[in-house]
Amino acid sequence: MVAQNIFFGILSAIVIVSALRMVTTRNIVHAALYLVAVLAGLGALYVLLTAEFVATTQVLVYIGAVMVLFLFGIMLTKAPLGNEMEMTGKQWPLAALVAALLGGVTIYSLLNGFGSDRLVTDGPVYRTADVSDEVFSTYIIPFEAVSVLLLAALIGAIVLARKD
Amino acid sequence: MLLNQFLILGAVLFAVGVYGVLARKNGVMVLMSIELMLNAVNINLVVFGVQHGVVSGQVFALFVIAVAAAEVGVGLAIVLLLYRNRTSIDVEDFDLMRG
Amino acid sequence: MWMLENAFVIPLIPAISFVVILFFGKRYIGADRVHIVGITALGLVWVLSAVAAFQWTQRVENPPPDAIVQVQHHGDDHGDDHGDDHGDDHGDDHGDDHGDDHGDDHGDDHGAGSGHAGDGHGGGHSSPLIRPVISTFSDWWSNAGVNFAVGTFVDGQTVLLLIVVASISLLVHIYSTEYVKGDRRYVHYYAFLSLFTAAMLFFVMAQNIIQLIVGWELVGVCSFALIGHWWEEKPNTDAALKAFLTNRVGDVGLLVGMIVLWGTFKTFDIDVINTMISTNPGAHHLALLVAACCLMAAVASKSGQFPLHTWLPDAMAGPTPVSALIHAATMVVAGVYMIARLYPVFYEGFSIGTSSINLMAFIGGFTALIGAGLAFAQWDIKKVLAYSTVSQLGYMVMALGVGAWTAAIFHLFTHAFFKACLFLGAGSVSHAAHHTFDMRKMGGLRKDMPHTYRTFVISSLALAGIFPFAGFWSKDEILLGSLVGQQNGYPLMLIFGCAVALMTAAYMTRVIWYTFHGEFRGHGHPHESPKVMTVPLWILAGMAVLAGAFNLPGPVLEPIGLEGLAHRIQTYAEPSVYLNGLGLSHPDPSLTMALVGLALALSGILITYLYYWRRIGLHGLTERNRYARRGYTILENKYYLDHLYNDVIVETVKRPVAKWANRFNQNVIDRTVNTAGETARDVGRWVYKWIDQGAIDGSVNAAARGADSSGEGLRSIQSGKVQNYGQLLFGAAAVLAIVFVIVV
Repeated sequence: MVAQNIFFGILSAIVIVSALRMVTTRNIVHAALYLVAVLAGLGALYVLLTAEFVATTQVLVYIGAVMVLFLFGIMLTKAPLGNEMEMTGKQWPLAALVAALLGGVTIYSLLNGFGSDRLVTDGPVYRTADVSDEVFSTYIIPFEAVSVLLLAALIGAIVLARKD
Repeated sequence: MLLNQFLILGAVLFAVGVYGVLARKNGVMVLMSIELMLNAVNINLVVFGVQHGVVSGQVFALFVIAVAAAEVGVGLAIVLLLYRNRTSIDVEDFDLMRG
Repeated sequence: MWMLENAFVIPLIPAISFVVILFFGKRYIGADRVHIVGITALGLVWVLSAVAAFQWTQRVENPPPDAIVQVQHHGDDHGDDHGDDHGDDHGDDHGDDHGDDHGDDHGDDHGAGSGHAGDGHGGGHSSPLIRPVISTFSDWWSNAGVNFAVGTFVDGQTVLLLIVVASISLLVHIYSTEYVKGDRRYVHYYAFLSLFTAAMLFFVMAQNIIQLIVGWELVGVCSFALIGHWWEEKPNTDAALKAFLTNRVGDVGLLVGMIVLWGTFKTFDIDVINTMISTNPGAHHLALLVAACCLMAAVASKSGQFPLHTWLPDAMAGPTPVSALIHAATMVVAGVYMIARLYPVFYEGFSIGTSSINLMAFIGGFTALIGAGLAFAQWDIKKVLAYSTVSQLGYMVMALGVGAWTAAIFHLFTHAFFKACLFLGAGSVSHAAHHTFDMRKMGGLRKDMPHTYRTFVISSLALAGIFPFAGFWSKDEILLGSLVGQQNGYPLMLIFGCAVALMTAAYMTRVIWYTFHGEFRGHGHPHESPKVMTVPLWILAGMAVLAGAFNLPGPVLEPIGLEGLAHRIQTYAEPSVYLNGLGLSHPDPSLTMALVGLALALSGILITYLYYWRRIGLHGLTERNRYARRGYTILENKYYLDHLYNDVIVETVKRPVAKWANRFNQNVIDRTVNTAGETARDVGRWVYKWIDQGAIDGSVNAAARGADSSGEGLRSIQSGKVQNYGQLLFGAAAVLAIVFVIVV
């Protein structure tokens, strides 16, 4: 239990610090790399939560595919590399206030609602096979819907981005 | 471990994502911040799945990842289109909806 | 009885035709041949409607055991009547909601109802109480424990309307092939004719009030689209918008009325609502009064009743066949049909049985009177006919208002034919005379257009109520109904009705004079329309002669030994299964009343004849007498109702409310304070200076400035920048969440 808490502390520290750096750094490529750190940290946290398939998917889809997509987006839009452009708008104090309010009220109500509830650590562990059973039985229709959604997004992205 | 450890981590991530969406000028950065918010939701899904001993939490986390991938694809295509038309991805430059 | 249980195919056919014409018309069928699809569909509909009507008469003549309402145990009766699925439906849905009182009353009431029939109540004829054929296909959807069914409700009233709608629509389809030939939106025109027919047929066989609303709105939207068929010209779009918006006013009443009905009876089923009222008359009187008043607003808008009738004459901007179909024969009677369909609601709500005047009868009678008055002052032949329609619809509503259910539906039936014939005749005249509807540019068309002339005169005689044309019989029944009433007569309605009978004959004679007699005042050479237009005219004219035969009173037929054919519409169409529970009676035919009505119509014709043909009478009265001129001006300006709506009501509402409030402050509050100040001058001056100017005026000004600056501020929020919107969104969400956390 102690080991898990230690790992949680380390991982969450990485995640939060990287996230904060991501939204504050002036270099957009650095921001993308910080996002990789956040996503990787979250993947590790999923392992901690015995959600191995989600962790794998996180690494494959997010770090593998989505990040590549982001880097391509950064390159194709010729975003200024380096510090020459101010990346944060003038209204950032207001944005910070809104974010703080939102975070504050969420955390307050979480503390209020779940107090010192302990995480159930002796529950069933769902392996990849169990997840796939569930996806292809109970959630088969949402699964198909998501497939269609991905196809639509694919076509939509092509239509939007191609040069006529 | 407390349940709240994870939930508060998610809340913090979400708030950071909101800040990023609202404060960043670069369109790609806004999309990246949205990813942050989606991931914050995912933590909650997985944690509650564990807490209640059901697999649905993980399944929904997977759905969220799939939808997020679709969203990034379309979002980046839109950013690309904007850049091609206006040679700028600064979201402050786009105010066609002004009343 | 297959047709009655599967009546849904009848509206389905034109609906399919609509889809086919709209999506395949131009490309695969050919834009100039789409009418084939429409006419085929309507021919099919007509045949099926005729089959349905025949099967209904069979059901009345030789009722199957399950069709008759008898004194028997409730459970058997109910289950058998409705057929399989409906029986289940009832047991499940309605049984739960009001199982007790409904169930108990049912048996008792039916006993009473049969008693009525056995006694040969009223007109001395007895008919068994035949249940309508109700097919409920499935539960459409359900929400919060309320099931919304979809189904068909077929009884005599429905099949009557089926025949009317199918016949007129078919003839209009045929007539239009020539009239709108070469139009740039020919496909669109036929598509909407089909959609309208489908919607109207759907409306008349609505099984529940939700379907009534759906059909009601569908015919409204078709009317809108067809009035604005030539939307390139501004007056046409204005007319379409006016029709649409005026109908929206009434629709509020429709919705509220239906909601009140639902709230009272916890069901949407028309059969159940009617049965519950007729089995237990006297209950829920207040709720029914509210519902009836609200629904009356809907009727006023759809059926052109005072004070919402102003859209109907403007709706003549649409193509003439459309006016004949929608704005004379079918759609505008939707309101009358709805009253007739939910008659127990109105009968109990307005206490028609016991009163001698009520809202519905008065509105109907008044509309009939003002419509007839307005018809005199119009120069556009279609507008004369439109006001005549308003007037005749008022007649029908009045008939329903005095309890003469059969007379109203009979008049609806006959009126549909001769008014459609008149409209199509007007279209034929305009087709020949260079597309003008102005009667001052017509005249003398009698020789050039013999077919149009003859059919027009026949229909006018029918409209005027001359023996033995159709209008005579139906009008006579309405007058008789007003004379006798239920427990009391309706004297005022009788006076209205007689005056309208006189006026109707007079203004129709005026139209015939200006259009067909005298010298031709237009230019060019008018010519008779082709056969494809005159044949429908002759068919309709034939019906204008014969339609009266469907409900001849018994004494007329006794001498020729055909008394078995008397009162066919009363026998077949009347939903006596509901009306008998209300104790509705039928007046005995009266020769005196018929002669009075005939004399009125004849004298109307005679006066006009003398006035125009023989130049006798007060010619030039409007030039000489200022009272007459003033009356004529009022008529010409349509009683200034349009001015009231546009200039007074709309302008008042349009003016910014803030300005009005400010003026109110300046004028009323300021003045009040000043008066107070003068009575106690010393204090007053101080008050004026410090409280009025400082506080009240200041606060008024501050409020105005606040509104001004907050408007400016709100304007700056609309920056068009996504992130500012995002900030507002998340900020508002955060604030709401905080409020929620604090409160809960």
